[in-house]
Amino acid sequence: MSPLEIIILLPLLAAIAIWLGAPGRATALGASVVNLLLVAGLFVQYRGDKSVEGFMAYKNSHEVLSSPKIAFAVGADGVSLTLALLTVLVTLAAVWATTSKERLHYGASLLISCGALGAFLCTDVFFLYAFHELALIPTFLMIALYGHGEKRQAAWRITIYLGVGSLVLLAGLLGVVWYCRPPGGELTFDLLTLMQHPLKADAPYAQYAPANFFVLLVGFGTLVSLFPFHSWAAPAYAAAPTPVAMLHSGVLKKFGLYGLIRIALPLLPDAAKTPWVQDALLYMLLGNILVIGFVTLYQTRLDTMLANSSVMHMGYIFLGIAAGNAIGTNGAVLLMFGHGISVALLFMICGRLRNQLGTLEFSKLGGLAKNAPFLSLVFGIAAFASIGLPGLANFSGEVMIFFSTFVNFRPSEGFTFLQVATILSLWGVVISAVYMLRAYRKLFFGQAASGLYVSDPGYGLRVPMILLVAALLIVGVYPASLLQVIDASLGTLFAAK
Amino acid sequence: MSPLSLELALGVLGLVLLLVESFTRVPRKTLAYGAIGGLTLALLILVFGGASGQAPGMEEFYAVDALALFYKGLALVATIATIVLSLEYAPVVNQYVATYPEKHKEAGLGEFFSLPVFVCVGMMVMASAKDLITIFVALELVTVSFYVLVAYMRRSAASLEAGVKYLILGALSTGLLIYGLAWLYGMTGALTLEDIAKSLKHWEGSTAPLLFAAALVIAGLGFKVGAVPFHIWVPDVYQGAPTPVTAFLSVGSKAAGFIVLTRVVETFLAEGSAIAQPISHVLLVLGGATILLGNLAAIAQTNFKRLLAYSSIAHAGYLLIVLGCSPAGGTGLTPGQIAAFYLATYLPMTFICFLLLSVARAQGLGEEIASLRGLALSNPKLGMAVTLALASLAGLPLTAGFMGKFLVIFATVLDGLYPYLAIAVIGAAVGFYYYFRVILSLYSKTEGEAAPVKLKLGLPSVVLLVLFTASIVVMGVYPDSVRKALGDKGAAKAHVATAVEKH
Repeated sequence: MSPLEIIILLPLLAAIAIWLGAPGRATALGASVVNLLLVAGLFVQYRGDKSVEGFMAYKNSHEVLSSPKIAFAVGADGVSLTLALLTVLVTLAAVWATTSKERLHYGASLLISCGALGAFLCTDVFFLYAFHELALIPTFLMIALYGHGEKRQAAWRITIYLGVGSLVLLAGLLGVVWYCRPPGGELTFDLLTLMQHPLKADAPYAQYAPANFFVLLVGFGTLVSLFPFHSWAAPAYAAAPTPVAMLHSGVLKKFGLYGLIRIALPLLPDAAKTPWVQDALLYMLLGNILVIGFVTLYQTRLDTMLANSSVMHMGYIFLGIAAGNAIGTNGAVLLMFGHGISVALLFMICGRLRNQLGTLEFSKLGGLAKNAPFLSLVFGIAAFASIGLPGLANFSGEVMIFFSTFVNFRPSEGFTFLQVATILSLWGVVISAVYMLRAYRKLFFGQAASGLYVSDPGYGLRVPMILLVAALLIVGVYPASLLQVIDASLGTLFAAK
Repeated sequence: MSPLSLELALGVLGLVLLLVESFTRVPRKTLAYGAIGGLTLALLILVFGGASGQAPGMEEFYAVDALALFYKGLALVATIATIVLSLEYAPVVNQYVATYPEKHKEAGLGEFFSLPVFVCVGMMVMASAKDLITIFVALELVTVSFYVLVAYMRRSAASLEAGVKYLILGALSTGLLIYGLAWLYGMTGALTLEDIAKSLKHWEGSTAPLLFAAALVIAGLGFKVGAVPFHIWVPDVYQGAPTPVTAFLSVGSKAAGFIVLTRVVETFLAEGSAIAQPISHVLLVLGGATILLGNLAAIAQTNFKRLLAYSSIAHAGYLLIVLGCSPAGGTGLTPGQIAAFYLATYLPMTFICFLLLSVARAQGLGEEIASLRGLALSNPKLGMAVTLALASLAGLPLTAGFMGKFLVIFATVLDGLYPYLAIAVIGAAVGFYYYFRVILSLYSKTEGEAAPVKLKLGLPSVVLLVLFTASIVVMGVYPDSVRKALGDKGAAKAHVATAVEKH
C-alpha cells in the first residue's frame, strides 16, 4: 500500500466514522493533523530524494476494470505533492474554523478534502476525474442547507454549472484516451501510459488535437471559473458556509488548472500552440482579469468582493499556462499554492466577521482593528499576499508568469497577442490593489461603527491562521522551497519536446 | 443440474406457495420468507456454477451463455428485493384488499408474495430465449403476472386504473410484437435468431418488409421498456401500482425487455446484416428522444414515485443508445454487455429509493417529495443510503450509476455519435437537478415544523439496504466485479459471430 492511498482514504474513513457516530470535531481534527504530517513528510522526502528523477513517486496501482483498462492508480510528483500540501493545510484550517456543532459539517469538509486529494494524487484519468466529482455532493448540500443569503439558488447554480462542465470535460478526456491509446489499440486510462503516446503535430489524428484541447479547456475552465463560464463562482462562495468556501475556492477549484497541466499539456503538446486555441484562451483570461476585476471594484460586501477577486485571480494562472513554457507553468503552480492559502485565510476571517457582526456591508463597518488587532494583522497579510506584495507567496508566482510570456520576445518582431495580453493583465494588479486596500482600510481602520464589535480569536483558534500565514511567508521569502520540487517535475514535461 | 431445471424448480416453488396459501393457515409472512429462501437458494446455485452448461437438445432455442446467466441473476435479485419490499408494504396492501383489514391483518397477502416468483420464472426463461416462440411465451408469462400485480390493490382506484391502463396498452404492445414476429418469420422462414441472422446476411431483394417487421418488433419491445413514444403508460402505471410492484416493473420487467431487445438487436445488427444501418439509426433516435423526454418531464414532478417513473424512462434511453452503437465498438465491451452492466447498476439504486417509498407509505407518510422532508435527519443511516442511491442515479462518480453512464458515453464517443453524446450529456445534467432536489428535501428542516418521523425497518429490509448500498459503492469503484460475470468480450463476440457463421 502506498502512503498516498492512506492520505486519500484517511479523510474518507474519518467522514464515515463521523457519520457512524464518532465525535465530529475531534475525529476531523485528528485526521486532518495526521494527513498534514503525512503529506509534509512525503514532500520533504521527495525534496531530499534526488533519485526520484522520474515522473511519479510512491506509485501503486490496483486494476478495477480489465477492459477498457481502469485502475485505482496513485502516484505523485512535485506538482501533485505541492497541491496535496495545499489541500491538507487548508483542510486543517477549515476544520478548525468550523463553528457548528453538527457533525454533518465536519464530514462534509473531510469529503471535499478526500475528493481534492484523490484528484491530485491519482494517475488514472478515470479516478482523477471521479474524485473531483465526489466533492460535488457535500459542496451542494452544505451550500443549500447551511449557506447564507440566496443559498438555494447559489447551490443549484454551482451544481448545474459544474455538472455540465464536468460532463464536457469527460467527453474531452475520453477523446484523449482514444487518441493517445498505445499502439495495438488497447484502451487504457493510465496517465503514465497515455503520456508515452502524446498526440504530436505529426501524429495521424493530429488535426483533432486543437478541438480536443478546446473541449478540455472549456471543461476544466468551467471548474476553475474561466470567463465566460465563471458566473457560478461568486454567488456560490458568497453563500457557502466558511469551511466550504475555504476548501472550494482555495483547493478544489485548482483541480481544473492541475488537469490542464497534468493532462491537456502533456498529451496534446502542440494543440495549445494552435493560434485559435491560444487566442481564445487569452481572450477568456483577459475577461477574468479585466472584466471581473472591474466587477470586483464595485462590490459592496466583503464576501462577494472576495469571491469575485478569487475568480479574477484565476486569470493570472491561466496566463502562466498560456505562456506554454517551464517558467510560466512553474509560476502557475506556485500561484495556485499562494492563492489557495491566501483566499482560504481571507474567507476564514470573513466567516468570523459574519458570525460576530451579522453583516458584511462595507458601508456599515469600520474601525475593527481597535478590538481585533490580530485579526486585522492576519487579514492584512492575506490581502497583501493576494495583491502580490513581494515577500509573500503569490508575488513570486505572478512575477514568473509575467516574465514567462516574454521568453520568446523578439523586439524586432514587435508584440504578439500573448505579450499584449500580459501588458493588459498587469493593470489587473492595480485593480486588485485598489479594491483590496480599500476594503482593508474601510473594515479595520477609520471611524469605528457604533454597536459593532469583533473580538480576536482565542489562542487555540489562532493556530490555523498562524499556520497559513507561515506558509505564505515561507514560500514568499524562499520560493525555492516549492519551486525546486515543482520544477523537477515540470522540467521533464518541457524538456521532452 | 441443467439450467432449465432451475426455472422448473422455481415454477414448482410458486405453485407450492399458492397451495400452501390456499389450504393451510400458516402466517402469510412465512410464505414470503419461504419465497425469499427458495429464490436465494436458486441464486446461490446460479452464482456457484451449479446451473451452467448447455441444456442438451435445446441449443437451438435456449441459450445459456454468460449474458443469460447474468440476467437470470438479475431477475432473482430483483424478485427477492421485491418480496422484501412487499413485506414492508403489506399493511397498505392489506388495507386495500381485505374487507375488514382491522380484523384480518393478513387477508389477501398470499398471492401477493407468490406471484413475483412466477414473474421471476418468466424473466429467467426470457434471459435464455433465442427463438421467436420462446421469447413470446416467456414475455407473456411476465406480462400477465404483472397485470395482476399492478391491479392487486382492488379497493384502490389508482391501482385499478393503473391495472386497466397496463392491461390495455400491454395487450396492444403484445399485438404489435406478435405481428412483427409473424412478419419476421414470414420473411425469413426462420424461428430462431441464429437462422434469422444468417438470412439477413444473405438477403437479396427489398429490405422494406424486413424493416416493417423489425419496426413492429422494436415497437412491441419499446412498450415493455418504456421507450418514447411508447412510454405513455409508464408514469400512471408506476404511480398507481403498489410500490414494490412498481420497483419490480421498473427493474425486472425492464431488464427482461432489454435482454430480449439485446438479442434481437444483435441479430439485426450482426455483421453483414442487410438492415443494420437503419435499425441502428432507429435505436439511436428512439434513445435520444427517450432521454430528453424522460429527463425533462421529470423536472416538473412533485411526486417521488412519478419522478422515478420518468427517470426510469430516461435510463431506458441510455440503454437504447448503447444498443444502437456499433457491435465492434472500441470500449472492450459489446453493447449488450454495457446494457447488462447498466441494468445491474440500476437495480440497487432504484430498489433503495422504492424501499424508502414503501416504508414511508406503510408508516403513514405520502409519496410526495415534500412529505419526505427532513427524513434523512431523523433516519441518518437510511438517509445516507438513499442519498447514495440518488447520487448514483444522477451519475456521480465512484457510484455504480456513474460507471454505467460512463460506459454508454464512452461507446458513443468512440462511434463518433456526437449529437447523441450531447443529448446524453444534457440528460445527465438535467438529472443532477431533479435527483439533487430530492436529496435536498431529505435533509431540509423548516423551523417550527413537527419533527420528521423515525421509520422502522424490518430485518430483511436492513439486510437488503446494506447489501445494495455496498453494491452501489463496489460496482462504482470496482466495476470488474460485475464485468467478470458478463463473460469476456471475445466470447460474447464469438457468440454473435457463430450465430452468423454457422450457416
